[in-house]
Amino acid sequence: MTANATENGTPILQLRGINKSFGPVHVLKQVNFAAYPGQVTALVGDNGAGKSTLIKCIGGIHPIDSGEFLFEGKQVTVHGPRDASALGIEIVYQDLALCDNLDVVQNMFLGREQTTSIVLDEASMEERAAKTLKSLSVRTLRSTRQLVASLSGGQRQTVAIAKAVLWNSKVVILDEPTAALGVAQTEQVLALVRRLADQGLAVVLISHNLVDVFQVADRIAALYLGQLAAEVKAKDVRQPQVVELITTGRTEGVESELPTSVDEGVTA
Amino acid sequence: MSAPTVDVPDSPAELTRSPSLGEYFRSYVDRVRGGDIGSLPAIFGLVVLVIVFSLLRPVFFSAGNFANLLTQGAPITVIAMGLVFVLLLGEIDLSAGFTSGVCAAVLATLLTDWGWSWPLGVLVALAVGLLIGTTMGSLVARVGIPSFVVTLAAFLAFQGTVLLIIGEGGNVAIRDQTILAIENKNVPPVWGWILWAVSIGAFAALMLMQAQRRRAKGLAAEPMAVLAAKVGGLAVLTGIAVYVLNLERSRNALVISLKGIPWVVPIILVLLVVLSFVLGRTAYGRHVYATGGNAEAARRAGIKVANIRTSVFMVCSTMAAVGGIIAASRANSVDPNAGGSNTLLYAVGAAVIGGTSLFGGKGKVRDAIIGGAVIAVIDNGMGLLGYSAGIKFIVTGLVLLIAASVDALSRKRAHATGRA
Repeated sequence: MTANATENGTPILQLRGINKSFGPVHVLKQVNFAAYPGQVTALVGDNGAGKSTLIKCIGGIHPIDSGEFLFEGKQVTVHGPRDASALGIEIVYQDLALCDNLDVVQNMFLGREQTTSIVLDEASMEERAAKTLKSLSVRTLRSTRQLVASLSGGQRQTVAIAKAVLWNSKVVILDEPTAALGVAQTEQVLALVRRLADQGLAVVLISHNLVDVFQVADRIAALYLGQLAAEVKAKDVRQPQVVELITTGRTEGVESELPTSVDEGVTA
Repeated sequence: MSAPTVDVPDSPAELTRSPSLGEYFRSYVDRVRGGDIGSLPAIFGLVVLVIVFSLLRPVFFSAGNFANLLTQGAPITVIAMGLVFVLLLGEIDLSAGFTSGVCAAVLATLLTDWGWSWPLGVLVALAVGLLIGTTMGSLVARVGIPSFVVTLAAFLAFQGTVLLIIGEGGNVAIRDQTILAIENKNVPPVWGWILWAVSIGAFAALMLMQAQRRRAKGLAAEPMAVLAAKVGGLAVLTGIAVYVLNLERSRNALVISLKGIPWVVPIILVLLVVLSFVLGRTAYGRHVYATGGNAEAARRAGIKVANIRTSVFMVCSTMAAVGGIIAASRANSVDPNAGGSNTLLYAVGAAVIGGTSLFGGKGKVRDAIIGGAVIAVIDNGMGLLGYSAGIKFIVTGLVLLIAASVDALSRKRAHATGRA
């Protein structure tokens, strides 16, 4: 059952028939993908299914070979990370890319510092960072001037997410945000992910952990061998069905978008 | 935090609440215990050294020797200030010593042999430094040769360059009065006090303005008592220094009067303010720290890492040129060994002893000054005690080793306490 577009409103980010090859390897085959404002879309799939390639295409790290890239209903071309940021798409990668020797504010504004003439405007940056953290109801940080080195894994994830949200972004893509976290910290980060969506952002969550996925996701998109196996509402499926989608590309009761024989694939 | 309820403020507004005096002090102690020690060991060592040398040799604690210390330590301190930039990226510049030698040799030749005026000569010397830094920086950042190798090659080549410019066994005297004045003349005492008053006033005004601005935005600001203590402490310490330097140092004041702050001191202070501003208050400086802390994160944040890497070598070599000019002024001449022997090692030692990390990402320009003072005190004090050059080298080497151990251990401690 492909999700009904009228029920979800228009997707802010929509990919249609995306193809991407690295040399002879056809990694993404006719992938359709959409993210909706105010919703968490989980992107699931086994290792090598093409999740990372897909988000790197969205983030402008890899150019797409063919297919349509629509943002807010308009066709756009994304040539690099800067283009993606300009549209309002931010990606939080798994390794976070924070500088340990800088504090929270410095990390959040890294590369986009606010200045008055040539002097860094520390007070304004700190004020804005504090506001963003406040809007996300972050309660785990002691001070915005704490060095990132002194933060726990969950706090680092929080800072990385806040950094992505700081720039009035519209789509936030999170790559395995809970992979290295303990139970309590996972809860905090998932709650934060939910709050992002509740504030009207389109959130794409990549995760291997189906418990996490079912806890926060509104929609689930399953990739199988570079093709979209299904895009369903989370409340319409149960965990075993998603596991089947991830491992075999199909499951009973869910209409798969794959051709009947996966092995033949799509001749692109 | 494994237990998220500990230390969690009740409301997010707490993030920016101003600390009380006690809280401020406690958080400072926490930071130090966590391995963020900065220049503390160097300052502690400096105080101990000064006390020991003063007890063993009272002349060490005289106005004349104090002025000596400043002029002795000036060249390596200035070179070390540039090295801080390179060390912040976790790189090294082994050629800084001979770069200073080459620039000094160029200056001496231009002034003495070619009869140029000093501003032009200084400008060309600085340009040579900048060119050297740009070349080495590009080789490191764009070609990808390790800085150790590039600067080691430059170390050898520049040694030869100085030899070729000056000539074997030669010596070019400096006769330009302005250049000589840097290390040999003093600021008139009245101007010394005016300089002091203006500097302290400007410092106090800046700190106050910053605190006001933060309070106006509802951000955490340093308690007023801490501000007052900082400004007051600085005023008293520098006031004592100005007073002592304004005392008559000449043994025979009727023949020649010797009093006032050596000219090199305000020069170093200006360099300190400018470079500290660049590192601490500009986006460029922020990007230097970021690249030193995590180059990949810096790259993803859109920082042009190769440019940053090249630029720190440019700063370092240009500062080495300044150091070379000061050394030439002190020696009254430039010989083939200018910038050689222990110049580089003392300069690297000064930066590291002062608290700049060899692992990159941590350090301040003022570290070079504190570390430079430690080295100058050891060199000067042990000389007064009559120890040979051999013993001095061994002791300086040991101090550098201790400083590097402190750096490595505090890093380890920072890891253990979850601060790095």
